[in-house]
Amino acid sequence: MRLVVVGNGMAGSRLVSEVRARDPQMRITVFGAETRRPYNRVLLSNVLAGSSRPEQVRLLDAAWYDAHRVTAVFGSTVTHVDRETRHVVTADGRREPYDLLVLATGSDAIVPPIPGVERAIPFRTLDDCERIVQAAASARRAVVVGGGLLGVEAARGLAGRGLPVTLLHLADHLMERQLDVEAGELLGETLAGLGVETRTGVTASRVDDDGVRLADGELVEADLVVLACGVRPVTGLAAEAGLEVRRGVVVDDELRTDDPSIFAVGECAEHDGTVYGLVAPAWEQAAVAADVITGGKALYRGSRTVTRLKARSVELAAMGETQLGEEHAEVVRFSHRARGTYRKLVIRDGRLVGVILLGESDAVGTLTQLFDRGAPVPGDPAGLLFPGSAQAPAAGSPTLMPDAATVCLCNNVTKGQIRACWEAGANDVAGVAAATRATTGCGTCRDAVEGIVGWLCSQEGIQEGASV
Amino acid sequence: MAVKTHCPYCALQCGMEIGAGLAITPRTDVPANASGALCQKGWTAGELLTNGTRLTTPLLHGEAVAWDVALDYVADRLSAIRAEHGPDAVAVFGGGGLTNEKAYALGKFARVALGTSQIDYNGRFCMSSAAAASIRAFGMDRGMPFPVTDLAEADVVLLAGGNVAETMPPFVRHLEDARLIVIDPRRTQTARRAWLHLQPTPGTDLALALGLLHLAIADDLVDEEYVAARTTGFDDVRTSASAWWPERVERVTGVPVHRMRQAVRALAAAGNAYVLTGRGAEQHAKGTDTVTAFINLALALGLPGTQGSGYGCLTGQGNGQGGREHGQKADQLPGYRKIDDPAAREHVAGVWGIPADDLPGPGRSAYELLDALGRPDGPRALLLFGSNPIVSAPDSERVAARIGDLDLLVACDIVMSETAVLADVVLPVTQWAEETGTMTNLEGRVLLRRRAVAPPPQVRSDLDVIAGLAARLGHRFASDPAEVFDELRRASAGGPADYSGITYERIAAGPGVFWPCPQDGHPGTPRPFLDAFATPDGRARFVAVQHRPPAEEPDDDYPVYLSTGRVLAQYQSGAQTRRIAPLVEAAPEPYVELHPDLAARLDIAPGDVVRVSSRRGETKVVARISDSIRRDTVFMPFHWEGANRLTNPALDPTSRMPEFKVCAVRVERIS
Repeated sequence: MRLVVVGNGMAGSRLVSEVRARDPQMRITVFGAETRRPYNRVLLSNVLAGSSRPEQVRLLDAAWYDAHRVTAVFGSTVTHVDRETRHVVTADGRREPYDLLVLATGSDAIVPPIPGVERAIPFRTLDDCERIVQAAASARRAVVVGGGLLGVEAARGLAGRGLPVTLLHLADHLMERQLDVEAGELLGETLAGLGVETRTGVTASRVDDDGVRLADGELVEADLVVLACGVRPVTGLAAEAGLEVRRGVVVDDELRTDDPSIFAVGECAEHDGTVYGLVAPAWEQAAVAADVITGGKALYRGSRTVTRLKARSVELAAMGETQLGEEHAEVVRFSHRARGTYRKLVIRDGRLVGVILLGESDAVGTLTQLFDRGAPVPGDPAGLLFPGSAQAPAAGSPTLMPDAATVCLCNNVTKGQIRACWEAGANDVAGVAAATRATTGCGTCRDAVEGIVGWLCSQEGIQEGASV
Repeated sequence: MAVKTHCPYCALQCGMEIGAGLAITPRTDVPANASGALCQKGWTAGELLTNGTRLTTPLLHGEAVAWDVALDYVADRLSAIRAEHGPDAVAVFGGGGLTNEKAYALGKFARVALGTSQIDYNGRFCMSSAAAASIRAFGMDRGMPFPVTDLAEADVVLLAGGNVAETMPPFVRHLEDARLIVIDPRRTQTARRAWLHLQPTPGTDLALALGLLHLAIADDLVDEEYVAARTTGFDDVRTSASAWWPERVERVTGVPVHRMRQAVRALAAAGNAYVLTGRGAEQHAKGTDTVTAFINLALALGLPGTQGSGYGCLTGQGNGQGGREHGQKADQLPGYRKIDDPAAREHVAGVWGIPADDLPGPGRSAYELLDALGRPDGPRALLLFGSNPIVSAPDSERVAARIGDLDLLVACDIVMSETAVLADVVLPVTQWAEETGTMTNLEGRVLLRRRAVAPPPQVRSDLDVIAGLAARLGHRFASDPAEVFDELRRASAGGPADYSGITYERIAAGPGVFWPCPQDGHPGTPRPFLDAFATPDGRARFVAVQHRPPAEEPDDDYPVYLSTGRVLAQYQSGAQTRRIAPLVEAAPEPYVELHPDLAARLDIAPGDVVRVSSRRGETKVVARISDSIRRDTVFMPFHWEGANRLTNPALDPTSRMPEFKVCAVRVERIS
C-alpha cells in the first residue's frame, strides 16, 4: 500500500505520524510546499510575541523521517493529481504513484486587493513570523489589519515588544464571530491598557509607506503593517482534479472525498458544511482518517470548537454559540468592566452551548470540559462561574465549632474529646496531646488545638470572674 | 524493657518502641518521625498483637492440623502438580509488606526449590510504574534518592498524585516550610494544605506534565547548563512537548493555563525544589510514561542529582522498596538484578549453588499471573504470602474466579483474610513485632525491625514455612533472619541495590544504612546521584512520551470517572486495620464520594445506599457528598472488598501496572 500525503503542515504531518503509529509497514511519501520541517502553527503568535522559542515550534525532528521510514519531500509543490493513473505530479516534474492520497493543503492568508498591500506582511507562516519579528526590531509604530483571533494575538505580541500598535477591524467589535458586543468592547479596553489602540468599523483602503489609509481618507501611521484578514482553504489542486469542492474539499464522515481513494483533512476540508480553521479539529480528522486508511473503522462527526486566545495578560476563552439571546437560551452573565472581567454562559436544554470568559478565571477548565462533553449543567450554575466560592470555610473559631467536629484527623480526635480531657485536667496542648494524641500525626492541627485549649482556659477565667 | 522497632504499616516506617503492656511510644532517633510523630494507625498498632482474630494454628481444608501434617500435605501436592504439569504449574505471590529476608527467601524458593518462573507480588500494583520510569531515566530505582529530611530545606515541592496527609501523616512535617503544589482530582487533606492545587481530570496527569514542561521551555526556565552537562535526549523531548501547548492541555486536563504557569514558575524560581510522584500518577495503563514526563520536567529544571533538590517517588507499602529489590518480582534477581542478564544469573546462581542454566527466566506479572490461574496453560497451585488479592487486585471478581479454579491455594497470613478464606491450606505466620527482619523504607534506608514479643505458640515465621517446604522438596534453606540476611548480602553484591556492607549490627548502631553499600565499612549512599546517575554514561536520560486517554473513558452507559485510593485510618486491603476498633470507629465502612451537583442530578442524598457499577462488576456502598471532588468523578477507598470489582485491569505496557486510578462507572440510588 502506497500512501501519498500532499501538505506537511499541522494536519498533514499529524496524519503521517498517526498512520505510522498504526501501521509500521505502509509506504508513505509526504510533500510539503514549505522548505521547513513541519512546525506548530498554533505557537506562531507566541513566537511573534517572544513567549515561545523558535525551536519550540518543531513538530517532528529531521531524524524522525528516517527513523520511521517516511519519505518527506520539502519545498515541493504538487501541481496535479492524475486520478486515472493514480499519480501526483509536482512542479519540478516528479511523478509519485499512490494507492491512497490525502490532501492536507491547508489554507492561505487572505490578502485584501488594495493598493500597496505588498508593503504589508501577512501573518500565516513561520517565514512570515520571522519577517515580522525582524521588521519590528526597527519599526516605530505598527498597524495590524484584522481584529479576529490572529490579529488580536499579533497586535498584543507586537505591543509586548514595545511597539505602539493600532488594530484595525472592519466589524463593529473585535472577534465578532466568537464574542458578543460587550465582550468585544471589553477586549478592546483590555488591549488598550496593554498599548494596543483598537479602531473598529473601519476599512483599510491603501497601504502607504507611512501607514494605512482608511476609506475615509484618514492615515493611520505605521512603518510596519501586518495582515490578519483571515484564511481561505487551498482547494485548487482538488478542483483541478475534478473533486467536489464547495468552500473546502467536500469529505464524508470517513474524511473521503467523492473519489474513494482520496481523502482530505484539516483546513482544506469541508465536513458537513463546515470548514474548521483550528488545529484541534484537524488533529481529530487526522486520527479518524489514519484509522480508516489503515483498515480500521472510525467516523468523524464534527468538532466542538474552543477559541482560546494566546496573549500575555489577556485571558480569553470563547466557545460555541456565544451570541444566543434570552429568547433562545438561558443566559447567565457576570460583568465587571472596571476589572476586565466578563463571564457568560449560554445554556440550552440543560447543556452548556456557549461560553465567554474574559479575564483570568479558574472556571475556564471546568467550563471547557462541560462544553466539550455536552454534559448537563447543574441547576444553579453559580458554582461554575465562581469556583471555590462554594467551598466550606476553613475550620471556624473554636467557639463556633461543634463538639463533633474532628480537629485532629491523624488521630481522629474531636473538639468534644479535647474539651473532655481539658475538663479532666489537661490544661495545655502537651496535656491534650498526651491524653488524646491530637497534634502527634502530621502536626498541622496544633494551632487549632491551641485555640481550643486557650478558649477553654479564657472561658474559665470569665466564669470565675462572674462568680466572685 | 522497651524494644526499639518500626511501625507495621507504610513505607515511612516510623520508629516506635514497644514497652510494657505493649504500650507504643514514638522514637525520636529515627529521621522519618524524629519529631515523635505517629498517626492513629501507628499508635494503635499494638492491638494487632492482641485483638483476638489471629490465626493460631495451621488449617487444612478448614480443620486445625499439626504443622508437619500441613507442610507434608502442601509439599506432596506441589510435587504431584509439578510432576504432572511442569514446574510453572506452581506459582508464588508475595507482598510489599514482607521483610527483605522473606522477599529474598521467597524468590530463591520459587526459582530453586520449585523451579518456577511464576512469581510476582502485590508491589506490582504499587510501585512498578515509578520504578520502571526511574530505571529508564536514572539507571536505578531508589524511590527517594535522598534522605526524607532533605525535604525540610525545600522551597517548593510538587506532589503529583499523592495524599500524604492521609497515607503517611508524619511525612507532612517534612514539608512544613515548603510551598506545596498538589496535583490531584480531589481536594484531599493534602491538597487543602497546598499553596497551589491543580485538579486535573482523572487519567490526564501525563498531559499536565507535558504542559508544564512546555511552559518551562517557552518561558526560558530550562536549566540549559545542567541539561547539557548531566543529561541526554532533551532535543526529542523538547520537540514532543511542542504538541502540548498549555491551552490544549487546559482543554484535556481542565487545569487553567494560569495555574500551570504559576506552578512552573514557582518550581523554577525555587532555590531548592522537588518533584514527587505517588500512586495517583502511577496507577495507570500509561503510568510509566506519566512518571517519565514528571521526571523530564524535573530534569529540565535541573533538579535530580542536585544537593537540596530532586525527583522521588513515594513508596506505599512498608517494605515496598526492599520488596522490589530482592527477587520476588517476576523479572528480577536479588540486588535489583535483571533475571535475563547472563552475568546476574551467573552471580546469583553461584551464591545459590546451582548452575545458572537451572534458573528459570522471567515469569508473568502480577495481574497476568492471577488471570492465568487455573487456566489450561496457567498455574494449578498458588502459594500466597502477605497479600490479599481478593480485595486488592483489579477486576477482583474475575480474580476470585481464577483462584476458584486452582487445584491448590496455600495462604500464609496472620488473619483470615478474604483470600485466606478460600485457601485449602492456611498457615499462621508471625507478624511485625513477633519477628526480626530488615525493611527498606521509602528513602532506601535499610532499617532493623526487632522482635518485641513472643508469637503465639503455634505460629511460625514465613521463613520457617519456606525452609520447611524447601526441606521437604530436597533443599536446605536458612530460616534464621540474620543468616538469611547474610546470604542476601552476598547475593546482592555487585547489583544496583548492593547490601553487602550492611549488617544488623551497623543498622542497630544508628538510624539505618542507605544502599548501595558495597563493602564493609562503606558509609552507605544517602544521595546516590550527586556526582553521576547510574546509567552507563553517568547522565540522566530524557525520554520523549506522549499523552493518550485512559483505557476506558466515560460514555452514556458509564458516565462518570471512578478513582480509588486510601483513607487515613485504614491500610491497603484492610486485613490488619479493619480488625482494630479505634480505626474501625474512624473509618467504619466503604463509601463513594460524589460532588453535590452530581448527587443532585442523580437524586442522591448523604447516607443513601447506592449501587456503583462498571463493565466488570458492581458494589453497594454509602454515598458521601463533598465538593472536594470534581463533578465528573467519584471516589472510593479500596480497603474493603468491592471497589476493585469495578477497576480496570488494563496494563501499562512497560511496568504491567493495572489502571486502578481511572475507569468509567455508573452510580444509582437504590430506592
